[in-house]
Amino acid sequence: MKAAQKTIFSKKVFDRPATLKDARFHYCPGCHHGTIHRIIAECIDRMELRENSVGVAPVGCAVLLYDYMDLDIVEAPHGRAPAIATGIKRALPDRFVFTYQGDGDLASIGMAEIVHAANRGENLSVVFVNNTTYGMTGGQMAPTTLLGQKTSTSPYGRDFRSEGYPIRMAELLAGLEGVAYSTRVTVSSPAHIRKAKEAVRTAFEMQLQGKGFSIVEVLSTCPTNWGMKPLDAQKRVLGEMVEYFPLGVFKERKQADFE
Amino acid sequence: MSAAPAAGAAKKVLAKGNEAICHGAVAAGCRFYYGYPITPQNDIPEWMSAHLPALGGSFLQAESEVATINMILGTSSTGNRVMTSSSGPGISLMQEGLSFMVGSQLPAVIVNISRSGPGLGGIAPSQGDYFQATKVAGHGDAHLIVLAPHSVQEMYSLTMLAFDLADKYRNPAMILGDAIVGQMKEPYDPVPYVSPGLPEKTWALTGCKGRASRHVKSMFLTDGAIETHNWKLQDKFREIRRAEVRSEAYMTDGARVGIVAFGTAARVSKTAIQWARKEGIAVGMLRPITLFPFPEKEVRAFAEQVDAILVVEMNTGQMVEDVYRSTTRHDRIHFFGKPCAIPTPDEIFERIRGLAGGKR
Ligand SMILES: Cc1ncc(C[n+]2csc(CCOP(=O)(O)OP(=O)(O)O)c2C)c(N)n1
Ligand code: SF4
Repeated sequence: MKAAQKTIFSKKVFDRPATLKDARFHYCPGCHHGTIHRIIAECIDRMELRENSVGVAPVGCAVLLYDYMDLDIVEAPHGRAPAIATGIKRALPDRFVFTYQGDGDLASIGMAEIVHAANRGENLSVVFVNNTTYGMTGGQMAPTTLLGQKTSTSPYGRDFRSEGYPIRMAELLAGLEGVAYSTRVTVSSPAHIRKAKEAVRTAFEMQLQGKGFSIVEVLSTCPTNWGMKPLDAQKRVLGEMVEYFPLGVFKERKQADFE
Repeated sequence: MSAAPAAGAAKKVLAKGNEAICHGAVAAGCRFYYGYPITPQNDIPEWMSAHLPALGGSFLQAESEVATINMILGTSSTGNRVMTSSSGPGISLMQEGLSFMVGSQLPAVIVNISRSGPGLGGIAPSQGDYFQATKVAGHGDAHLIVLAPHSVQEMYSLTMLAFDLADKYRNPAMILGDAIVGQMKEPYDPVPYVSPGLPEKTWALTGCKGRASRHVKSMFLTDGAIETHNWKLQDKFREIRRAEVRSEAYMTDGARVGIVAFGTAARVSKTAIQWARKEGIAVGMLRPITLFPFPEKEVRAFAEQVDAILVVEMNTGQMVEDVYRSTTRHDRIHFFGKPCAIPTPDEIFERIRGLAGGKR
């Protein structure tokens, strides 16, 4: 009895991934950035990519990516991460290159860079965190802000007549020839986290197999700027957000174009 | 389209200035180029697109100058030599990225074959981007190293130097030219590239195999860190000002009238000086080759030597402010400039004659 118990308790089932530094996240309680960092770190560990990776950190709440991930990382101007990743990948085609970008970063100021990197089929991976707002600068309207959603710059709620409609990036990019993989996931429940991890792994595999551009859009929380308790924020993701931003795979290329 | 001269070629090469920049770049080991078309520098991306693939490098026509400078940032962060070229409006779009590169201490060569006037302006040769190149590389106390070729020879050799200075100081360097130095064709001597023995790039991002991970960044949040970082950058600029000034003294022996001009304006001034010397007028020129760092000491000494200084520029008066700054002999300084046209040798000669007065 005693011996059996010992084996159970000595078996490690949960540990800090080597790619994740022993540092405390600065993110707000209930924010998903931390969870998404962990998923990336676990995938990099499992795929043994740590020593072969160059990451591109965004502007936004995740600007301090290099404080958490034990990888070579370069800091990008707002929205330009896909262009920087292009420059890295062309110089180092055998390295694993990824960007981590928020929705203000990728879908607003950096719209041209993401569309063109995707369209060129740059062989790199993008993790796109969609929390329907600009977190770092204090909760202003993002291109992904839902209709009716109040933000600090849409105080009456987003109205399509003046601000247009929320952009569905995963679908938009899936329409481009150069894209190998485009999917949307959430991390709002353990089951969703497992699926998100599989998506990130698939996206990274695409790059390793030279299939071209891959992107994982992750629906994420910003309890602070949404003015919500963490648990209510989770509910918003699985309710209102998933309704407008459906989960699923929008494109998955089976074979590399360049074989 | 002239091919790059073979390494160690002894014969002179006939080439356009823009092509000579490309020859210099590949001779110095540059294998990566990103850019976006704009007149009058399109020979550069055209040459690079034709030749880089065979050299094992990569050419990419970016979707914009904004993307371009960030591709440059990305390749530079891997420790590889990389170049772009553009003209006024495109350089304006690159300024955010340039500031990031200065802040992140990343080397690269940026070529500005500049055009005239603000806005879309015109494609006539101009030196109207002097302030932008030397004073406002981008936001936040940032500087570029700026070199100003006035011949095809210098388009070749200053490009090689620009790569070395950029790497030595971990800072972007700019070649500031215009349509005349870009388009003119003349023979140049393809002196082989000799590496000055630069320090290893121990900051480059290559994947952290067998070492601690590295960061390339311009943001420093901990207490006082951004100030420390900025003083470090300023110390570097001070060292560049001390050690990297380059200028040419042209016929300055016994000169009573002095011209200060760079690039194409200096080239034209040389003709006017030759005419004036033939007439017995003692005139010579101090030509800044580096615009940042500006040859302050040399200008100061020159202002002591001559009775009058004529600053000639293809703009409405920009470098002349640096000439004022370098000396207290302000009453000696005269200016002749045109924003969107090249001063002719006759015009410069007339002004020299006026300043020489009775003194020959
Ligand atoms: C050129 C430029 N414009 C504006 C900013 C200010 N800025 C910093 S972060 C940010 C918003 C980031 O939002 P998002 O990408 O959604 O990331 P989040 O903070 O929500 O994670 C903005 C506008 C900047 N840094 N650079
Ligand atoms: S502001 Fe929003 S996105 Fe930023 S850390 Fe806080 S919860 Fe996360």
